Amino acid sequence: MNKYLKAALGGVAALATSVALTTAAAAEEFKVGIVTFLSGGAAESFGVPAWNGGQLLIKMMNEGALPAPYDQKGFGGLEIAPLVIDEAGGATKQVQEFRNLVQRENVDAVLGYVSSGDCLAVPPVAEELKAFLILYDCGTPRVFEEASYNYVFRTAAHAAMDNISLAKYIQSRGIEVSSFAGVNQDYAWGQDSWADFVASMGHLMPDAEQKTALFPKIFAGQYGTEISAVMRARPALLHSSLWGGDLQAFMLQSTARGIHERMRIALAAGDHVIPQLGQKMPNGIILGARGVNGLAAKARGGELTDLLWDAYIKEYGVFPVQAPFRMWQGLLGLKTAVEKAMAANGGKKPNADELAAAMTGLSWEAPSGTITMALGGGHQAIQPNAIGVTKWDEGSGQMTLDDVEYYDAECVNPPDGVKAVDWIKAGFPGAKC
Amino acid sequence: MDLLLVILIDGLIYGAWLFIVSVGLTLVFGVLGILNLAHGSLYAIGAYAAASAVGLYFTLGGDVFPLGSYAAMILAALLVAVVVAPILERGLLRHFYHRDEVLGVLVTYGVFLILEDVIKLIWGVEPLFVFEPYDLLGTIEAGPLFYVAYDFLVIAAAVVTGILVWYFLNGTNRGKVVLAVIHDREMSQTMGVNVDRVFMLAFGAGVFLAALGGALTAPMISVSPGIGVNVIIVAFAVIIIGGLGSIEGAALGAVMVGIARAASVHLVPELELFIIYFVMAIVLVFRPEGLFVKTQTRKI
Amino acid sequence: MEKSPVLVAAVTLTGLIVLGFALPDWAQFLMTIALAKGLVSLGIVAGMRCGVVSFGQGLYFCLGAYTAGLMSRWTGVTDVFLLTFLSVIVAGGVGVIFGPLLSRYRGIFFAMLSLSLSMILFGALAKTTSLGGTDGVNVAAPTFAGYAPEGGALATALYLFIVTVTVIIGTVMRIVFDSQSGLVSLAVRSNELRVEYLGSSANGIVAVSYVIAAILGGVGGVVTALAIGHVDPEYAFWTTSGEFVFVAILAGYLSIPAVFVASIVLEVVRSFSNLYFPNTWQLVLGVFLLVVILVRPDGIGSIKLWRRRESAGAAEPSA
Repeated sequence: MNKYLKAALGGVAALATSVALTTAAAAEEFKVGIVTFLSGGAAESFGVPAWNGGQLLIKMMNEGALPAPYDQKGFGGLEIAPLVIDEAGGATKQVQEFRNLVQRENVDAVLGYVSSGDCLAVPPVAEELKAFLILYDCGTPRVFEEASYNYVFRTAAHAAMDNISLAKYIQSRGIEVSSFAGVNQDYAWGQDSWADFVASMGHLMPDAEQKTALFPKIFAGQYGTEISAVMRARPALLHSSLWGGDLQAFMLQSTARGIHERMRIALAAGDHVIPQLGQKMPNGIILGARGVNGLAAKARGGELTDLLWDAYIKEYGVFPVQAPFRMWQGLLGLKTAVEKAMAANGGKKPNADELAAAMTGLSWEAPSGTITMALGGGHQAIQPNAIGVTKWDEGSGQMTLDDVEYYDAECVNPPDGVKAVDWIKAGFPGAKC
Repeated sequence: MDLLLVILIDGLIYGAWLFIVSVGLTLVFGVLGILNLAHGSLYAIGAYAAASAVGLYFTLGGDVFPLGSYAAMILAALLVAVVVAPILERGLLRHFYHRDEVLGVLVTYGVFLILEDVIKLIWGVEPLFVFEPYDLLGTIEAGPLFYVAYDFLVIAAAVVTGILVWYFLNGTNRGKVVLAVIHDREMSQTMGVNVDRVFMLAFGAGVFLAALGGALTAPMISVSPGIGVNVIIVAFAVIIIGGLGSIEGAALGAVMVGIARAASVHLVPELELFIIYFVMAIVLVFRPEGLFVKTQTRKI
Repeated sequence: MEKSPVLVAAVTLTGLIVLGFALPDWAQFLMTIALAKGLVSLGIVAGMRCGVVSFGQGLYFCLGAYTAGLMSRWTGVTDVFLLTFLSVIVAGGVGVIFGPLLSRYRGIFFAMLSLSLSMILFGALAKTTSLGGTDGVNVAAPTFAGYAPEGGALATALYLFIVTVTVIIGTVMRIVFDSQSGLVSLAVRSNELRVEYLGSSANGIVAVSYVIAAILGGVGGVVTALAIGHVDPEYAFWTTSGEFVFVAILAGYLSIPAVFVASIVLEVVRSFSNLYFPNTWQLVLGVFLLVVILVRPDGIGSIKLWRRRESAGAAEPSA
């Protein structure tokens, strides 16, 4: 029977060779593997908007349509050739697909991963294959707190700053918070967000009483029971890190029952549902965008921000929320690193070692502000953050962000070498606000 | 006392929703012997179709009579059944009626994968919102809390659905024929029953009920990719608790799970993730084939 | 003419080792994963031979994987042989507890109960923040009796390990399937009452096959975890189990090599469809699945050439 087995395996090998031949890369291209959610629950809120923004920016970069210092075509003259892969399917699958991208498709860099599980699973493989990897979106602080890597970088701040900023904002605005409750999804993101928020509040507003903490299943869709439980508990403030369809459903169901009239609502990552919910998002919701992204970035303005903002609206008919902003800062960081490496090696396409050397400790300007690779030995970015309050603008018929407070990166991110959780518990020592 | 009342109301609302999304599943299994993993996708299609239909209704001037949007939702579910059921049943499932039950699970798993992408191809990934029907009836004060009246409409819809299905099966001639087919397919055939037609009818009804579940849910959620995936698991648990193929069982199972979940959220929120499996395990320990079992013939 | 199973095994092993060195890196890795997952599916096939299909093999796959992940994290044990042995103990032990319970059930109830057991493990792991919650934990690179390869050498060493394990287990399973009690399990599949009247315990046979499947699931989990370098609760999720069932059904219960070929085919199809159809890969996979089931409802193992061993009459007419 081994004859048939071998015949089948031979077929596999033959197929592989033919694919390898047809995809041999042209010399003038820089191949980037892009991995993000194109299907499943995270596609609509994170994956697809990010990839929309990515396609737009890559096109503009290849045309050389950006202002200085990003005015070189492509990456230092190399045409950017993206290859996109769906992130749905779990960490095991992503590790396999990452290997395929590097070993079969010979990409020069991979930029991807929204899911924290994927961000933990893929870096060791990148290290083993000596492949250059940028994590562009995921939030868990564990990536560089539990390990260190040579070839792996994250161009977005980790999630601790979202809830630290939220707590600081609530304190600074003198919002009456005698008690607070939480509705967060029952997986690592929701659990971590709640823990960060509770710890931050414990330090900033120690008198606030913690009431019920609810953890509905991710993608549950039905929140009637949770809403009843929160209304019975009568907290002064409700914290939630829900996102995407879950957050939209929760807002529809809870506002219909008047929850926003009985307590303040603080959403750690809530900006991205504004375009869809429109006026269904009540006034007075305190929300963050995981960085100076979306409406908060627009409110601050800037040449690059306005250019990409307008181009995005023109192309897709809706304003860009946090996801495209993180994709943009990742791509611009990669561009900066490639061009820095080419300046050092005499204009050749840089290899992974040269890229890693150029990226370590790098700092660059993005539509979301100045990104600095300050943590994890120069591998983990910190970035400024912003919190604001929703306000419906009758004149323009649009939701705006009011009373926005901008936080410097070093005010809401721990210094290098300190774990986020420890930093919060110690009361933010060394924060530069 | 307040707490008990709240748990009861929350449990009934959730239980009613569970019943609507699982009754079609148990009906299809009872008649066709196929555990339809694509049930969740049909639910999603129902939600999308209802969202489109309600959207269309209001664009065409439905504002003058907003209650008509409920009719639009039900019509959308009906349309889904008329279009999708014949394709799946005639084109695919009928090849598997006399085969292993597990093969049926796998076939419908394939259908589930296909439909997930088909939905995306038809409606894209942008979420759809149709909250008009949700807000239409206002709120109701019950005990210490406010509820959306629509939630009680879902309870009413579940009760009506349950009664109609039960009456059809037990009170009409055609329904008794269906029961006969459930009980013994071969014997019914020899007695002159057109089993093929009964299968088509039952599957069509199953698709309609799945789509109706989606349609009724659409106004309170964001209709976006992936909404069907969770539905499959909870619907399975409910009909396994109730006994596969039993309508009464699905009703009782749905209410049990609904109340158990509500109690857990209010009293021990840490356990919510497990509660449905917990109920299932308890029931199966005492009733290995669920609460209502259909009698099996022994093959010697 | 019956060939000696040991001879077949030796030839297969040699062929696979040679192949391993001929394949490009990514294909070698794909083979490692496919064979490891194939072991899990082989366990399901053992159950299918007595007429039950477990939809919850993710439970043992996950137990094996977490055994590897947590042992290396807590005790620093990275030896692949020791880790595999420990997983066999853990997975087999849990299998011994649940086997007798589940063996009372048949058909869809067996499938769904095994599924819910695996979902309970999923829930428990997702809740346990100290084990990384839903994000899971990374697994240290394995060592091989003191040999600690890195990079490409590590991938090759793991490939050789899984190939050897696969061939040994495949051969043992062939011998078990052909043994007297192995053939009685086919009788359970076709008519359990008769088996009982003849004095064998149908439930006992189902329970034994379940424990075997648990052990194979554990081994598959260890190797997958070591190759991937990461474990998370997703290993126990129902869709993971669903894939194992898919491979088992794709293969059918007649041929052992067919299980591994089916597993490789699934990995290849998934990998390429994901790259070439990033927006519709699920659709491609679903269509592929349906076509296979429609064309070969008894699995590719029912292709005549492969079933000569059982064509003498051990195979029952399709159920």
